Amino acid sequence: MHLHKYEKYWLAFGVGSLIVFLLITGIMAFHNGSHPPSAKNTINYEKVDEIAPFNNPGVHKVEGKDWDYEAVVVASAFYYDPPILEVPVGAKVKFIATSKDVVHGFEVAGTNINMMLEPGYISEYVTTVDKVGEYLIVCNEYCGVGHAQMHSMLKVVEPK
Amino acid sequence: MSQALANKSKAAVNKQNIVGKVSNKVNDLMQVNRKDSKIAMAHIYVAMIALLLGGTAGLLQVLVRSGEFKLPWGIGYYQVLTVHGVLLGLILTTFFIYGFQIAAVSRTSGALSAKQRLLCWIGFWTMTTGTAMASAMVLLNEASVLYTFYAPLQAHWIFYLGLTLVVVGSWIGGLGQALRWMQWRKENKGQTSPLLSFMVVCNNLMWFVATIGVASEVLFQLLPWSLGLVERVDILLSRTLFWSFGHALVYFWLLPAYMIWYVVVPKVIGGKIFSDALSRLSFIMFVLFSVPVGLHHQLTEPGVDGSWKFLQVILTMMVVIPSLLTAFSLFATFEIRGRALGGKGVFGWLKQLPWGDARFFVPFLGMLVFIPGGAGGIVNASYQMNQLIHNTIWVTGHFHLTVATAVVLTFFGACYWLVPHLTGRTLTKEMNRLGIIQAIVWVVGMGIMSSAMHVAGLLGAPRRSAFSDYGGADIASTWVSYQIAQAVGGTLLFIGILLFLYIFVKLCWFAPKGQEEFPIAEVAPNAEKTPAILENFKLWIVILVALVLIAYSFPIFDIISNAPLGSKGYKLW
Repeated sequence: MHLHKYEKYWLAFGVGSLIVFLLITGIMAFHNGSHPPSAKNTINYEKVDEIAPFNNPGVHKVEGKDWDYEAVVVASAFYYDPPILEVPVGAKVKFIATSKDVVHGFEVAGTNINMMLEPGYISEYVTTVDKVGEYLIVCNEYCGVGHAQMHSMLKVVEPK
Repeated sequence: MSQALANKSKAAVNKQNIVGKVSNKVNDLMQVNRKDSKIAMAHIYVAMIALLLGGTAGLLQVLVRSGEFKLPWGIGYYQVLTVHGVLLGLILTTFFIYGFQIAAVSRTSGALSAKQRLLCWIGFWTMTTGTAMASAMVLLNEASVLYTFYAPLQAHWIFYLGLTLVVVGSWIGGLGQALRWMQWRKENKGQTSPLLSFMVVCNNLMWFVATIGVASEVLFQLLPWSLGLVERVDILLSRTLFWSFGHALVYFWLLPAYMIWYVVVPKVIGGKIFSDALSRLSFIMFVLFSVPVGLHHQLTEPGVDGSWKFLQVILTMMVVIPSLLTAFSLFATFEIRGRALGGKGVFGWLKQLPWGDARFFVPFLGMLVFIPGGAGGIVNASYQMNQLIHNTIWVTGHFHLTVATAVVLTFFGACYWLVPHLTGRTLTKEMNRLGIIQAIVWVVGMGIMSSAMHVAGLLGAPRRSAFSDYGGADIASTWVSYQIAQAVGGTLLFIGILLFLYIFVKLCWFAPKGQEEFPIAEVAPNAEKTPAILENFKLWIVILVALVLIAYSFPIFDIISNAPLGSKGYKLW
């Protein structure tokens, strides 16, 4: 099949950029470990309250792990438990969340902490909270009539 | 459909058919067969009713979300949102596309046989019955589950059955169209088939393969579950099946617009198709990379391994290649034509193009808007960047550029010749001018609404949410001014819909009678012969199935074998 000379340049440029783009994304993912939340642990969604760590929602300091704090969140229509998460600035935090009923979202607005919460699955994301402030957490997956009222707060504070 | 309206248009088409008979045989092929016109118009009428109702729902949404307006009579925001998504995303698009495709096949391959026509009618009535069933449930507030109907929110079973009928009807109608192309191939052995019919077959093939996923979800999971035959469903499996369809769905909207860009617009400007082979190649690539890419809608979900998501991100990005091919071909056609008309210099040829012709100007605006739309899409499918915008209103802003502007404006522009062609009328100067004004109103309205959505999304505003001050949070107050801008843009868009429907009604029943051309461009004389392999669908189906199996077998096996306790249904609206 014949390609026009300019079309060859155009396609070479386009495909070249595509390869560079995919390489960068791939290196970020597989070398730097920057994956979107893809945890694979499951849970009985009807017994979330009885199963650790969700029997004790909140922020917990942990030792001997790759992260300093675990922020455990239970979502259900139409609220998050606990309503406020407080972590010291600079801490490496693992967010661990699940849903007790329908699909919810867990988005810390204005950051890249953003994961789907699905009944039966535990969602996890590890990140360093490097800026002091109050961050709104919103449900970004339609979950019913109270969806837009479903929110909580992440407070990143100076260490005491 | 109103029988009176159908009869009236039939009478008009009848008259013109008699004129056609006395002229010559070539004209028979230039003109869509009278009976085929009737089916095509039946589809388009349903599409237009969907446009009016779905557009009204859209207006209500932007007004509610501005914080200045409340819905009366206990109507729910999410009920209205379901109406908007189902009617515009599924019904307007599918019905318009089938109307256009039936006309396109009849125009380029010849009139449908009685059997093919019957299939198209059965398909039409099946889809229409399904639409009525699903709509009734939405209106009764038994199905406020949005057009993605994510379980475990559970709609009434009639809603799922209605959607099933829409899909099954589309298989039947799509088969009717494809059979006409196969008949042409049989009758013209060894020849390259008509480009437009080939493209229709590509789109229908993709649609058929893509809908297997969503049909399995509805038939084997949601229907038995909503009927109470099974207690629980596997949530992640249902979402994965849905999205194996969901991204191909957007290509199903897009490819008919590409048909118009590749085959019709060159003729409107008096030019030629840049290359038949490259056009076919880009369609085949769209078909191949349409289905095995759905996980890029599920990047932030648990339960699927990152490597599989990444593989599908790579397959998603392959769409860059046919997109670049298309952009090159279209602008090459424009430049060659502009220069033939005496355009000089680097951009002088642009001035020569027929800017005053709505059949060119309107889809051209669609093409331009597709550029930022496509760029935003690359952000969305980028493995990591997706986390910043996933389920924010940025995404809504994105697909209002792609489907609701690039595709919809192209469909509007197509109506300006397609509708009068099918109804035996002509596009008047006045309607042409209104068409141009309509497109400008649309682009300005969408520019305001979509830009505001993109920015608000970057600031974290979620999509699919009623107005809320989120407990007085500072960041939520920064979203409000953008929501007011969305209401302004959305209001302009609603005016645009009314304007378009006014033109549509004129073209159906009031414009002067006559013959409006269904423009089909010829291939440039120096273009090379099309390799026969491009028409070898057996080969492409094997590759498509292989790609789908590679991309989905393991993730689905993994989802099923590691499945947690399934979910019962919830009705939380």
